[in-house]
Amino acid sequence: MDNFLQINNGQAIKRSSIPCLPFPRFAELLDAFVKNDGFIVQFFAHVEDGRNKLVAVVRNNQLYVAATEVGETFPSLTASSSSKFHMFEREIAEQYGITPVDHPWLKMVRYHANYRQAADVFGNDYRQDIPGNYQYFQVEGDSVHEVAVGPVHAGIIEPGHFRFQCAGEEVFSLEIQLGYQHRGIERMLTQVPMKRLSIICEGIAGDTSIGHNLCCCQALEALTGLAVDPGAQVVRCIALELERLANHIGDLGALSGDVAFNPPAAYFGRLRGEFLNLLQVLCGNRFGKSLVLPGGISQIMGEEQAKIIEDKLKELEPEISHVCDLLFSAHTVQARFENTGTVSTKMAEDLGLVGYSGRASGLPYDARVAFPTEAYGALHANRNEMVNGDVYSRASVRREEIMHSMHLIKSLVNRAGEVSAKRTMHEISLEPDSFVVTVNEAWRGEVSHCLLTDKGGRIERYKIKDPSFHNWTGLAMALRNQEISDFPLCNKSFNLSYCGFDL
Amino acid sequence: MLKIIRNRYEQGCKTSNYPQEPIALYKRFRGLPKINGDCDPATVGQCAAICPQDAILCEERKIDLGKCTFCGRCENVGDGAFVTFSQDFAMGTSSREALLCDGTLPALAEHAKKHFKKLFGRSLQLRQVSAGGCNSCEADTNVLNTPFFDLSRFGIDFVASPRHADGIHVTGPVSKNMKAALIATYEAVPAPKVVIASGACSISGGPFYGSPEIIGDLGSIVPVDLYIPGCPPHPLTTLHALLNFFK
Repeated sequence: MDNFLQINNGQAIKRSSIPCLPFPRFAELLDAFVKNDGFIVQFFAHVEDGRNKLVAVVRNNQLYVAATEVGETFPSLTASSSSKFHMFEREIAEQYGITPVDHPWLKMVRYHANYRQAADVFGNDYRQDIPGNYQYFQVEGDSVHEVAVGPVHAGIIEPGHFRFQCAGEEVFSLEIQLGYQHRGIERMLTQVPMKRLSIICEGIAGDTSIGHNLCCCQALEALTGLAVDPGAQVVRCIALELERLANHIGDLGALSGDVAFNPPAAYFGRLRGEFLNLLQVLCGNRFGKSLVLPGGISQIMGEEQAKIIEDKLKELEPEISHVCDLLFSAHTVQARFENTGTVSTKMAEDLGLVGYSGRASGLPYDARVAFPTEAYGALHANRNEMVNGDVYSRASVRREEIMHSMHLIKSLVNRAGEVSAKRTMHEISLEPDSFVVTVNEAWRGEVSHCLLTDKGGRIERYKIKDPSFHNWTGLAMALRNQEISDFPLCNKSFNLSYCGFDL
Repeated sequence: MLKIIRNRYEQGCKTSNYPQEPIALYKRFRGLPKINGDCDPATVGQCAAICPQDAILCEERKIDLGKCTFCGRCENVGDGAFVTFSQDFAMGTSSREALLCDGTLPALAEHAKKHFKKLFGRSLQLRQVSAGGCNSCEADTNVLNTPFFDLSRFGIDFVASPRHADGIHVTGPVSKNMKAALIATYEAVPAPKVVIASGACSISGGPFYGSPEIIGDLGSIVPVDLYIPGCPPHPLTTLHALLNFFK
């Protein structure tokens, strides 16, 4: 990786120090990197002085960055190298109208006109109201039938469209078309006043409010040289873990509901609320919105709040452990969870899965361990045992992480002595001509924000990546040769974000 | 079997007695704001300047609860001189104008249209449409079906098909990509029907106001009967609004 620049998580560097390689060299290095246990954190386009540039942020046990210049087209790396590039290249084509030539499945991602007013790669007319003028992948054969679901689903959930090609119960192919929640966030973030950044980032995915806003605030802190005191770092970690707990517990409840085992579904549903209420104790909002601000946190965690959290955990821990035992030891549940929706280690690697979906398939990557931020450097890591890649493994990882998170919070709350001063939002000026990437392990996995500032210190390009951007393809692959009736179960075990993907 | 019984015993009955008994939320929860009408203009200006949602109307000394995300920055910056947030979660209104709030809101029950109560007072079926947004409104609407809130005990249910519904409950800023699906769902609900705008996004675009990729105001597409402010609305805010409007 001689030609790539090694960088640190959340450290601002000058844009001029990013090596800009000729495309063939860039492609050759990336190809070697991803085939040798390397993964892509960010891969995106932007326009610099009227020229199209591609930036790649990649990781093994270090982070690296490099850039290249391209014209209106470039040879697809998905075609020549690895599926890990697949979604990123589609996104580049949609956002900047730059065509990855020979891409095996070049299709719109979020259905919007590109930023350069260049000709649309997909030939779409965006004056139409709805996505959908698209030929879905077809499987041919006498007994093949098609099932279409969404964008308005049966439950209270986000919009997305699923197209199944089946023979009887068996699913040959599942195609997932999202984009219904596209709000134009990346562009908005370059145009709105600084005071709106946090609020918008909390709205990227409401269930990952802390994770995304943390990435945003860490990036802004890096670009202004703001220091965060240790007390605030502790509170940020507690908040991120509370978010993880609420979501994992809610999902275990949803999984029990999907196999019609209703008692744990009801208990987990209620227990999830307890953790949302703890976030409300910390900051007044059940989703942790408005807690994290550039430079610190908006409310202090005093002894009172620390005690509420500590007492609640003491009360809930045995309950959670008993309900988990109830769920995981039921034979009917095991029969439905095991060998359902399996994603092999090889497949997970090829697609670059992250978070618990990756860990359940044997990819141990955890950003809290690999690139620790805030107070994570001094905390214990979690190691999961079950790596079969099926629904059972994904559920087991969640169970282990629930116990681990409660342990982390208990050890952090004991450091409540280091209470932090509360901080208000104020205008900050960013370092000009700079680049920063931040990575955090939110509950679904690796969340990353990447900022490029211009000569005047304004944000020129804001790039966001939710873990769902990698993992939706994992869900589609998990469904291959499964029964369509197992879809809800597979879906819940991944529980991916529509809005975090749609941006 | 023994495990089921043990857990059943341990969990007990968790359903709240609301609305028979009031529920107190932790003091940090930010509900209906209290506004100091005599506050000096400089502080009001400071609060307005820091408000990420531009929700503060300086001249009128009001807050637009349809825009407000209840982030609490105005309370922090002025040390509560202009705005303090109470723990009162009852914030539903039947008109958009009523959300321009000077610290008080009209009682919802008085404004509830009589034929709605007569029609839907005993049984209300809603189809939820998520039209963009961040999914926290949806998550906190789902919560109403957990044992604590237990929405169905009031005869209110969220149903799978618009054909089975008496109205739609809409969250999100209505992204352009969801507009057609939203209208199709609305049209599929048999008349007479109700429309509920839930959360800052569906009322004003919320954090995403100004984005060219959203509509930003549900009322501009379909007629709205009930507004529930919040980012997201607390489940109790939604519950209070539904009970007071329809019961």
